[in-house]
Amino acid sequence: MNEPILSIHGLTKRFLGLTAVDNVTFDVKRNEIFALIGPNGAGKTTLFNCVTGLFAPTLGRVVFDGSEITGTRPHRVAKLGIARTFQNIRLFDYMTVIENVLVGEHARMHAKLWDSVFKTPQERREEAHVRERARELLKFVGLEKHAESYARNLPYGQQRRLEIARALATDPKLLLLDEPAAGFTPQEKAELMQLVQRLREQGLTIFMIEHDMKIVMGVSERIVVLDHGEKIAEGTPEVVRRDQRVIEAYLGKSA
Amino acid sequence: MGGGFGPLLSFLATTRGGLDGHLVGALRKARSSVQSSLVTRVIGIALAAVVIIYLSPKVYALGPSYFLRIVAVGVALGAIYALIAIGYTMVYGIVELINFAHGDVFTLGAFISLPLLVTPFWHLTEETGGGWGIVLPLIAVFLIVMLITGLINVGIERVAYRPLRNAPRLAPLITAVGVSFFLEGVMYLWKGAVNLHYPDLLPSNRFVGGTFSAKDVIVIVAAVILVAGLAFFVNQTKLGKAMRATAQDRDAARLMGINIDRTISATFFIGAVLAAAGGITYGLYINSVNNGLGFPIGLVAFTAAVFGGIGNIPGAALGGLIIGLIRATNDGYVDPQWTDVVTFAILILVLTLRPTGLLGMRVPEK
Repeated sequence: MNEPILSIHGLTKRFLGLTAVDNVTFDVKRNEIFALIGPNGAGKTTLFNCVTGLFAPTLGRVVFDGSEITGTRPHRVAKLGIARTFQNIRLFDYMTVIENVLVGEHARMHAKLWDSVFKTPQERREEAHVRERARELLKFVGLEKHAESYARNLPYGQQRRLEIARALATDPKLLLLDEPAAGFTPQEKAELMQLVQRLREQGLTIFMIEHDMKIVMGVSERIVVLDHGEKIAEGTPEVVRRDQRVIEAYLGKSA
Repeated sequence: MGGGFGPLLSFLATTRGGLDGHLVGALRKARSSVQSSLVTRVIGIALAAVVIIYLSPKVYALGPSYFLRIVAVGVALGAIYALIAIGYTMVYGIVELINFAHGDVFTLGAFISLPLLVTPFWHLTEETGGGWGIVLPLIAVFLIVMLITGLINVGIERVAYRPLRNAPRLAPLITAVGVSFFLEGVMYLWKGAVNLHYPDLLPSNRFVGGTFSAKDVIVIVAAVILVAGLAFFVNQTKLGKAMRATAQDRDAARLMGINIDRTISATFFIGAVLAAAGGITYGLYINSVNNGLGFPIGLVAFTAAVFGGIGNIPGAALGGLIIGLIRATNDGYVDPQWTDVVTFAILILVLTLRPTGLLGMRVPEK
């Protein structure tokens, strides 16, 4: 059980002349809460994009759950069990809250187009089941009252929680959260930390990018620090907190 | 447009980065100010007032049955424009491409149907035609042509547009114009550049003092069935939901496990299915087609799509209907030579004054 769920080997991503991610290697262990931190522009989101298949890495390999997924297309990656949220919220604005969650569920459904046109009994059962699960997910993130609102009409904090519910709808093994606490009040941050812990208790592995040090130090078991695309530190929060290079990357070199 | 279309409003192009081009620029800029400005409203009302004052003596002079005849023709033509406009708007909604070849896909539908009207199983000509006997064969022709044209359009997307999906947006636009020429060329080689007679199969019984013909009614009913089918598909099926999701945020949709290549293919398929149906309907209604027909009709349908709010399916249906009525009114009461001028003046006015169109980005508040 202790083999890593996600292994990144020598991952490099170049855009023309810019090396956004430079030969980064690390593992995320099964069922841990893992954080990726670093100053703005360090290449964190680029790394997420390489893992989820939105970008093909220039060099290196990504291994998920025992199989190589380097360069696999995003919808395949999603079906294998990786889900994510975005730094800037990207919901389906003109769908209702529950429809947003259903989109994630539907990709896993077995019913064919034929079944949904003719409403076969099998399709009805599956659809009812999927709706039931979508409601449970909304309840889990505390949005069950807003199921029929349009996603764009939700307040900011609820939109972020809906993104998490939508990601969970694909039934992932690994959940990538890109700055889940951005713009949150202290109260919302505390709730988010609880939510993350609960997800881990249910067997998920959490891999997050976060700037808020309270959250990072509070919930994550291990941390990798990127700076200018390079990994400069890795370890437990205590180790990373004291690392000289990390302090320099965040605060600048002392004279 | 009833409440059933409400959720369809959500089928809209979303704000995706990196756009240019004047048209798209205008369309996007408009989104920040959805409520039309006072100036737009004043101009709109003033224009409507001028048109009504100009037309009412003529309408009065020519009598009510002539007026009803114009309305019938306008709605029937409008239904055909709507079928084409929906394809424009769906493709724009999902890949932000103004598919200038779409009008030619419409003509292609009519062309493919011509030989299919006569098969070993049925013989639909004016000599044999008439009566209820044509119903089933005609439905079969519709289905076969819709399928073939749909598959051809999927092929066109695969070959001509997909390789350019990440190219600057001018590239697929020019490719679409190229595809348009290509299709017109193929149809020219096939049948020549002449007006082809399309069999007059539909009954021409007239009702209400000769104002409505059975033809008008059949065309309108066919279009309503197709649009209702589409509404059901987009709202009630998984693939429909996947299409809406892809239109709203392509990357997020991919990460939800949606295969966007398949979804985009499906969009081109459905667009072509409706256009092909429009092509056959046009043939049966007007009884004449030629290989260059698609481009001008496509431009009118494009105007309808912009008028209704591009990217917006009920908008396209409504736009088609209104443009059809305006064109019929101009043909009947003003001068057919000016009809295209009026149509494209509307396109320019909408783009400058209200680029979001009639229904625009508005979504029902719940």
